[in-house]
Amino acid sequence: MKIKGLWWKALTVLLMLYTLVGGLLLDVPRLVILNETIRNLYFHVPMWFGMVIMLATSAVYSIKYLKNPLTKNDDYAVEFANAGILFGILGMVSGMIWAKFTWGAYWSGDPKQNAAAVGLLIYFAYAILRGVFEDEQQRNRISAIFNIFAFAAFIPLIFILPRLTDSLHPGNGGNPGFNAYDLDSKLRLVFYPSVIAWTLLGVWVVDVKTRWRKLHAVKTEQMLATS
Amino acid sequence: MKTGLLAEVKALFIKELMLEWKQKYAFNSILVYMAATVFVCYLSFNLRLPDAITWNALFWIILLFAAINGVSKSFQQEREGRFLFYYQLASAEAIIISKILYNTFFLAIVAFTGLLVFSLVLGNPVQDQPLFLLNLFLGGLGFSSTLTMISGIAAKANNSGSLMAVMGLPVVLPLLLMLIKVSKNAMDGLARSASTDEIITITAIIAIVLAVSVMLFPYLWRS
Repeated sequence: MKIKGLWWKALTVLLMLYTLVGGLLLDVPRLVILNETIRNLYFHVPMWFGMVIMLATSAVYSIKYLKNPLTKNDDYAVEFANAGILFGILGMVSGMIWAKFTWGAYWSGDPKQNAAAVGLLIYFAYAILRGVFEDEQQRNRISAIFNIFAFAAFIPLIFILPRLTDSLHPGNGGNPGFNAYDLDSKLRLVFYPSVIAWTLLGVWVVDVKTRWRKLHAVKTEQMLATS
Repeated sequence: MKTGLLAEVKALFIKELMLEWKQKYAFNSILVYMAATVFVCYLSFNLRLPDAITWNALFWIILLFAAINGVSKSFQQEREGRFLFYYQLASAEAIIISKILYNTFFLAIVAFTGLLVFSLVLGNPVQDQPLFLLNLFLGGLGFSSTLTMISGIAAKANNSGSLMAVMGLPVVLPLLLMLIKVSKNAMDGLARSASTDEIITITAIIAIVLAVSVMLFPYLWRS
């Protein structure tokens, strides 16, 4: 995946600035318990959107790798998975801090919280699996297989299961969703741009890290050639 | 050599059975493992007839670990040379399907034996037996379809023991949670309609995992 030009990086910076400034300063609905923590909508929720997008893209690159075993495809698969894990951890932390002030504890055993934790465990297993192999091609191929398999198992975990049980999350288990609070669409004005901003930032991270991987590979090759 | 997929699956399934019958190692060791774990739990918790939640959770956890142990042998047992031999004889799809079927059969027997031991030692508070048994069978099928693929991956990594658990446990967890829920419904004797949603979800998860396994295994096999 190569996005041409600088426009998307400029867009990321602009949207990110808007998310930070607008997210922290613009007017939000005043609600009991939630109070100012409602602003976490701009930081916590986009992490989950970003995570799912990153992990899905990673699975797509793993499929591409199996079809066409190029190092490039594997690089993208790994780095998108890593970005997904990063978003997952940030989403977990931002959610836990928020939960402390609204639900009363860092960990409440909420189904979505549990599902996210198990999802992270699956991707930690992916990272561990990659460390086991000595042969690079073997590593790429088998970790791609696990990545696709894990993604197929991860989907029911994160989308279906939390909906079968009551959740403390807004919009679940009788709790009103943010749409109910959001009478004048004030939240949406920042929320949608923030989702795009965080996702683009994730893509940027992946872009830099895959370029680093490519340079590293070239350097290793040169060292081997000269020695 | 072009034989039908069904014939290949059948032949490989019988081969698995005969191999096991010859060694009787995996099967007996899992049965003793089951019995020993039940006793460890029984004596550690120091209760006869624990409450329903404990009974249920213990039963499924023991079954899950027995399944991980049992299924992890399905690729380890085969020697490198033998793999090459199968490679020429059978299609990858036939191999994974036969392994999953065999493991389902294997886990179903382990599960029913486990239930017997459990009932004997800890009592059997299940009120809706047919639903519980159906759920047990679905559990066997689900564990075998998920863990067979994972064991194939772990076997390729030559590090099967801990890697199998690390990869298998989180992947199998959604299934386990659903199974425990249906199982609890069956224990409490709730109306069957209370469990339909979960049973549909379990079947859907199994279908996804089966489809993905059959699609991905050829790539694993070739490497």
